[in-house]
Amino acid sequence: MNEKKCLAILDSYREHGGNIISLLQEIQESFGYIPEDVVFWFSKRLNIPASNFFGVATFYAQFYLKPRGKNIITACCGTACHVKGSAPIINKIREELKLPQGETTTKDGKYTVESVACVGACSIAPVFIGNKKVFGKMSMEKAAEMLKEIDKGKGK
Amino acid sequence: MPAKKPTKTSGIKDLVIRVCVGTGGLAAGSQEVIDEFGRQLKSYGIKADILKKCVNKTGCRGFCAKDVLVDVILNGKSETYQLITPENVARIVEEHILKGEPVKEWLVGPEYHAFHDKQTKILLKECGHIDPEDINAYINIGGYEAVRKIFPLETFEVIEEVRASGLRGRGGAGFLTGLKWDLCSKAEGKPKYIICNADEGDPGAFMDRSVIEGNPHSVIEGMIIGGYAIGANYGYVYIRAEYPLAIHRLKIAIADARKKGFIGKNILKSGFDFDIKIKEGAGAFICGEETALIASIEGKRGMPKAKPPFPAYKGLWGKPTVINNVETLANLPSIITKGAKWFASIGTEKSKGTKVFALTGKIKNTGLIEVPMGISLKEIIYDIGGGCERNRKFKAVQTGGPSGGCIPASHIDMPVDYESLMGAGSMMGSGGMVVMDDTTCMVDMAKFFLTFTQNESCGKCTPCRIGTKRMLEILTRITEGKGKEGDIELLLELGNDIKLSSLCGLGMSAPNPVLSTIKFFRDEYEAHIKEGVCPATVCKALRRYTVSAELCKMCGKCFKACPSAAVTWEKKQPAVIDKTKCIKCGACYEACPFSAIL
Repeated sequence: MNEKKCLAILDSYREHGGNIISLLQEIQESFGYIPEDVVFWFSKRLNIPASNFFGVATFYAQFYLKPRGKNIITACCGTACHVKGSAPIINKIREELKLPQGETTTKDGKYTVESVACVGACSIAPVFIGNKKVFGKMSMEKAAEMLKEIDKGKGK
Repeated sequence: MPAKKPTKTSGIKDLVIRVCVGTGGLAAGSQEVIDEFGRQLKSYGIKADILKKCVNKTGCRGFCAKDVLVDVILNGKSETYQLITPENVARIVEEHILKGEPVKEWLVGPEYHAFHDKQTKILLKECGHIDPEDINAYINIGGYEAVRKIFPLETFEVIEEVRASGLRGRGGAGFLTGLKWDLCSKAEGKPKYIICNADEGDPGAFMDRSVIEGNPHSVIEGMIIGGYAIGANYGYVYIRAEYPLAIHRLKIAIADARKKGFIGKNILKSGFDFDIKIKEGAGAFICGEETALIASIEGKRGMPKAKPPFPAYKGLWGKPTVINNVETLANLPSIITKGAKWFASIGTEKSKGTKVFALTGKIKNTGLIEVPMGISLKEIIYDIGGGCERNRKFKAVQTGGPSGGCIPASHIDMPVDYESLMGAGSMMGSGGMVVMDDTTCMVDMAKFFLTFTQNESCGKCTPCRIGTKRMLEILTRITEGKGKEGDIELLLELGNDIKLSSLCGLGMSAPNPVLSTIKFFRDEYEAHIKEGVCPATVCKALRRYTVSAELCKMCGKCFKACPSAAVTWEKKQPAVIDKTKCIKCGACYEACPFSAIL
């Protein structure tokens, strides 16, 4: 655990009088996810039960309790994307990356495939986001292109 | 880049190029188009400082189906191009800008005009025409005039004006905005807060995102008006973290407004202080509910509380709070400048003004539309939307997101207003409109929405937490061909019980997609259960795969793909599927390059 990082977060928390959500957002920003030992560290320092942190972290979809991959592919699962057939494309991508059922991150930590309720770009459904770039009107062929593009840009 | 040809550029007195950079435009490659215009114009020796002025980024203009849209306004004459890629730019510059001859085949067609003709634009009027990252562009079109206009007035006069306009909350339930403000302004306790609800969680809706991306200052101005009216000095914008571009533009807009003195201490020497903070959501649909949203801003789990007390009396940190939706707030500047009478003249008796809808799904002209309240569904779907894709048969339209319901083709003449939609078992919701054709399975659709609400149920009340789970199990087994006699009745009973006994809007409306599809498409449910058939051939487990001997090119790909040895095939012979061995996995269907598997 990187104590220096934690202290920096603690300082800004005290300065801005933040709350648990903003604290967790900062931890995630700094560590990439919410490591268990970091939560216990803050719990002790702030005298807030760790269960409060975990309660909030598990409630919101955007907190991750496990490390995520270097490249992140987000599939939109909104209504328009569903109607336009996003599900088979997600399966294809998962298959391509050899993701076992129930897992979101590949074993080598290179890729994370996750879904989000709606990115609000329904007119270009189905929508995928590869490393923050929006790919619209997705098809099986375009999915393969997207994976190639992400693969090329790796290590950035 | 050196100037490549000596070309006369003296005919260009005034040139403006507008490129849409909403999320839809950006995904379609608008940044590349902008860059290419820059390169091309520079290569003809048009100076960079002109470039900066003439290549304008604008927000979404709604017609996302034809992105990238580009306006070229040469010496005051405007032409609009559609489906533009960077490769098209060179020809546009050469023929249109230099020679004055627009490239006819790339100009927008009649569907572009049909798309816009039936619309009445108040909120979206400036979206797609002004640079959302430039406060002066907003001021030039009369922005922040409403703020100047309210300060000499008493707060009750502002509230009265809004009440007289008949503006109702655009977030879904349709509560009168003026009444909400009135309650909060009379509530005891200080400080008071105004919150802009930009937690647009409904899948299939993107109105709020587009308004913020296209014209963020209108929302800020609305918040200042609301703050002044109820006596709040602090405002929060609670916005989804899934909207990075909207957050970015809002941050710029707030900073600019502060610099110009529209927010901060003693605004325009009126003695009124007001400041706005952005709170990014952390990904929970339930936080669109007022009390859950408040809990989330306070840093807690976003779980709804029983009302009363209403937030207008006891809201954020226990203080009087008004929560208004993005669209509601963005309506306010026009109401103040043009007057309540003008606003009330648009729409129907009980639903005033316009409503923005996100028109998506299996429709030709997808995009963002703004129509007067009371317009018929038919006009929206056929005149503006252009009908279903590939001219398929229109089956139903889903409004109100996971809280709403499906309205069947037989109700197409229905007017779109709060009461009519509610009467049809759906609701206005935030304004998503997902169009479905005959290839959409209504049971699958109901299952999709229930999966969503089941997932997003906060878990506080048993009927919502467990009831939706049971409903989902029943729907799943129906789509898998394992439905039982009596399942439909069970769904109805469960649905009605959940509606009656849940605490918040999520639970109260979660069964709506199921109940409304049973009401209008009961035959589809029965076909799944009794005959084991999915009429739209969506439910995989109910498909019966066969090979069309006519379409089969005898390539053998299905034979290789089949994991259960159900396909028999020999060279130069069409494949045959043995139904007794088929496990209905769909592998052959996916593998066939000729769509010969039906």
